[in-house]
Amino acid sequence: MTYIPISPKERDAMLETVGVKSLDDLFDAIPVKHRFPKLNLPPALTEMEAMDELSGLAQTNENVRNDLVSFLGAGMYNHYIPSVVDHMLRRGEFYTAYTPYQPEISQGTLQAIFEYQSLMSALTGMDVSNASHYDGATATAEAVNLAYAQFRGKRKKVVMSPGLHPQYREVVRTYTQGMGVDTAGDDEAGIGLSPEAFADQVDDNTCLVIVQYPDFFGRVYDYTKFIDAVHAKGSLVCVVANPTALAMFKTPGSMGADIVVGDGQPLGIPMWYGGPSVGFFTTRKNMVHKMAGRLVGETVDNRGQRAYVLTLTAREQHIKRERATSNICTNQGLIALGTAVYLSVLGKKGFRQVAELCYQKAHYTATQLSKVKGYKLSHNEPFFHEFTLQCPEPVTEINAHLLEHGIIGGYDLGQDYPSLANHMLIAVTEMNSKEEIDAFVEVMSEVSHD
Amino acid sequence: MIEAPEKTTAAKIVEPTIFDLSSPGRTGVTMPASDVPETALPPKDLLRSDLPLPELAEVDVVRHYMHLSSFNYSVDSGYYPLGSCTMKYNPKINEDTCRLPGFLFTHPLQPIETVQGNLALMFQLQEWLKEIAGFAAVTLQPAAGAHGEFTGVLIMRAYHKSRGDTKRTKMLIPDAAHGTNPASVGMMGMTVVTIPSDDRGNVDLKELEKACDDTVVGMMLTNPNTLGLFDEHIDKVIELVHGCGGLMYGDGANLNALLGIVRPGDLGFDVMHFNLHKTFSVPHGGGGPGVGPVGVAAHLADFLPEPLVGIFEEAEDDVPPLYGFVKPAKTIGRMKAFNGHFGGGFVRSFTYIAMHGPDGLKDISQYAVLNANYLQARLRSTYKVPYDRICMHEFVAEGQFEGSDVRALDIAKRLMDYNFHPPTNYFPLIVHEALMIEPTETENKDTLDSFVDALIKIAEEAKTQPELLHNAPSTTRFGRMDEVKAARELVLCCWLPDNYDVNA
Repeated sequence: MTYIPISPKERDAMLETVGVKSLDDLFDAIPVKHRFPKLNLPPALTEMEAMDELSGLAQTNENVRNDLVSFLGAGMYNHYIPSVVDHMLRRGEFYTAYTPYQPEISQGTLQAIFEYQSLMSALTGMDVSNASHYDGATATAEAVNLAYAQFRGKRKKVVMSPGLHPQYREVVRTYTQGMGVDTAGDDEAGIGLSPEAFADQVDDNTCLVIVQYPDFFGRVYDYTKFIDAVHAKGSLVCVVANPTALAMFKTPGSMGADIVVGDGQPLGIPMWYGGPSVGFFTTRKNMVHKMAGRLVGETVDNRGQRAYVLTLTAREQHIKRERATSNICTNQGLIALGTAVYLSVLGKKGFRQVAELCYQKAHYTATQLSKVKGYKLSHNEPFFHEFTLQCPEPVTEINAHLLEHGIIGGYDLGQDYPSLANHMLIAVTEMNSKEEIDAFVEVMSEVSHD
Repeated sequence: MIEAPEKTTAAKIVEPTIFDLSSPGRTGVTMPASDVPETALPPKDLLRSDLPLPELAEVDVVRHYMHLSSFNYSVDSGYYPLGSCTMKYNPKINEDTCRLPGFLFTHPLQPIETVQGNLALMFQLQEWLKEIAGFAAVTLQPAAGAHGEFTGVLIMRAYHKSRGDTKRTKMLIPDAAHGTNPASVGMMGMTVVTIPSDDRGNVDLKELEKACDDTVVGMMLTNPNTLGLFDEHIDKVIELVHGCGGLMYGDGANLNALLGIVRPGDLGFDVMHFNLHKTFSVPHGGGGPGVGPVGVAAHLADFLPEPLVGIFEEAEDDVPPLYGFVKPAKTIGRMKAFNGHFGGGFVRSFTYIAMHGPDGLKDISQYAVLNANYLQARLRSTYKVPYDRICMHEFVAEGQFEGSDVRALDIAKRLMDYNFHPPTNYFPLIVHEALMIEPTETENKDTLDSFVDALIKIAEEAKTQPELLHNAPSTTRFGRMDEVKAARELVLCCWLPDNYDVNA
């Protein structure tokens, strides 16, 4: 009866009003042979016991704040989260509200999402943003849905760069089963190709080309000419962007991208063992009617006050049902709010500082590692806070050695790209001190001497 | 304070946007100086020339969001009987357990040896959900209910395909279904066949029988359905669908009625999604994140998305088992990046289930059903209940009165003046002017009585002072919205003010 605020006396009075004798009598419609199963679950814990159990589980982990130093990124990043972010997210008025279907009493959520949309548009250099998707990978898959709808299903090929996150590519493949859409382009041979050369993969059956910025290997390309070349073949371009990189690098919008998506986790959201994070989705105004997801627009109420509502809802599943662009219903409202608070409190100056710290520390790390015998940077292109390192030993062995020293090493690229066995993807953020970086380089050098 | 709006005047601003509040050169949280030797920045043509973000102090940001929060109605502030959404109270301990540092600061790709606590929690939650709903296997990966549905439909498709049964393209969906059901099917290029309800709110068996043939993928059924009614012929429905080779999909949106009451797997459902944000107290967050795990019967287990959590090495004596990720043999693939909504989802639901146990879970459903029936009993003489029988955790009434132009929308808006969140309206589509009321188990009798009193009073007002309803709400901070203007003008974002000094 933990959270049920009804006394036995009240229960009996209510049963009498309903006209049944017992609670069990309310369930006559359930087939008798399956009614009231005995569930084999552990007995209930009190709050104190539950806190003890959960604390025990949490402490069984080694986390990257108190126990380990981490150089692991690959799509999820360890950034500092200003205290104010979680204080705002803990407001019951925000986290215990539902989707703002009743705008008169949901203006807090609605204005916050409107501002989130604005912040994402400013960050990506695009015209419009929706209210968010589940994560960066599903936002990427929704970009395919948009492009497919934009060409009314007549173009059936999606070209993905091999430099797109492997899990994002897997999700696109899962989503497109049954759609009759083919995916192409992401074989390993393409890893060394310039974006311009990669544009040759695009043909007149292609509805969408997806590239990542910086790409999965950390490289930063100016995609302007590439996007021009793809547009010349009539296809749309989706850029999957790291939002922290957008604090210093030119926007995909300014390069001509049609859709810019990505994962908002770096913007003040804990890694939380993988989620929930938030997928941002931005595009050009002329495609807004085909964009999936919720959308907040400005209006006025009947008292002449500026206010906000969910708009263009006729695109959505609860109206269009099987003809909807997407089945999306829930978004990541609370997490989107977190990213908005993060960007607001860091602002133009603090956010740029975060990006530059990442840049400086990653470059210092790369420089130091490239001096160690046996290690070599794999690419010459500019990079942001993540880079690919060729190693003298299998990455699993190096990482096992690092872990003995309390360090989580980089991502083993060989697990997704056989040609990149012995290649490690290393991420460095503002959280890594020079001391930690030097220790990391030191332990790495021990491996090469073995 | 509030003046009558004139057409030519600009809208009155209640709370400026975060961009409006910006002042050039103001700073909030700043970062430490770099402690490494400096590297030159990349060439200028790779960099952005400006970063048009707001500039505020921390106190400005806090005041802004505090003002915004005060414009929201929430479960913490009042009664939220939004049908189909299960707006139950979210225990506060969940907010603390999900923020334990061991959960917050673990990376999804860390070596499994360093995250055995996370994996043990996920494994246990998979096991508990299997037991609660009667399935052989569960994936925790889907991010929300609709995402779980999509997962389920992909699994059904993959199952038929693996048997070489390629002519199945029809999905049977009752007319009372949630809109996400047909939308999930639409994403797969399947066709939807709508099955009507009979006059007791059950699936119309004759119509179902007619639709059952060897082109049926399966049926997507919400049970209890969106009228809040448990299908009285559920055995027959499932027999018919299975009889033609179809699979039975359960929409678990309404599972809050069934905990310890009946297990969908025992009834013969082959696949079902859970909504942890409804049934197991993950807060709704103003529209997410949700969590939509999917359970399947044994014959579908090989098709689940990857990865699942499995046991790599069994426990021995005092050594706990070693958990790790496993890939089902014929997996449909990956539904999202990484491991699902772990922190904000799995940890909260784990805490909640652990604190209830088998008896506590049954209490939840019994009291959710009692509360709904109590409201229905007290309201049925004032509001027509078109399918009037013992309901489950929710019921649907008509928000209209003979000889009155008052509509469900007006009643919903008027409820705000009595400080209640309105029920879901205009859904399900098969009830005229629907008011779909789901009280949940976490409301006391006094609250339910006040809600009934307000609805009865509103019914009187509808006869005597209908303008009160047409103009409602009048006591809230904001009034009714000009939705046409929003859709016509499509102002979807704001910027820094026109004359803003970006170089300060």
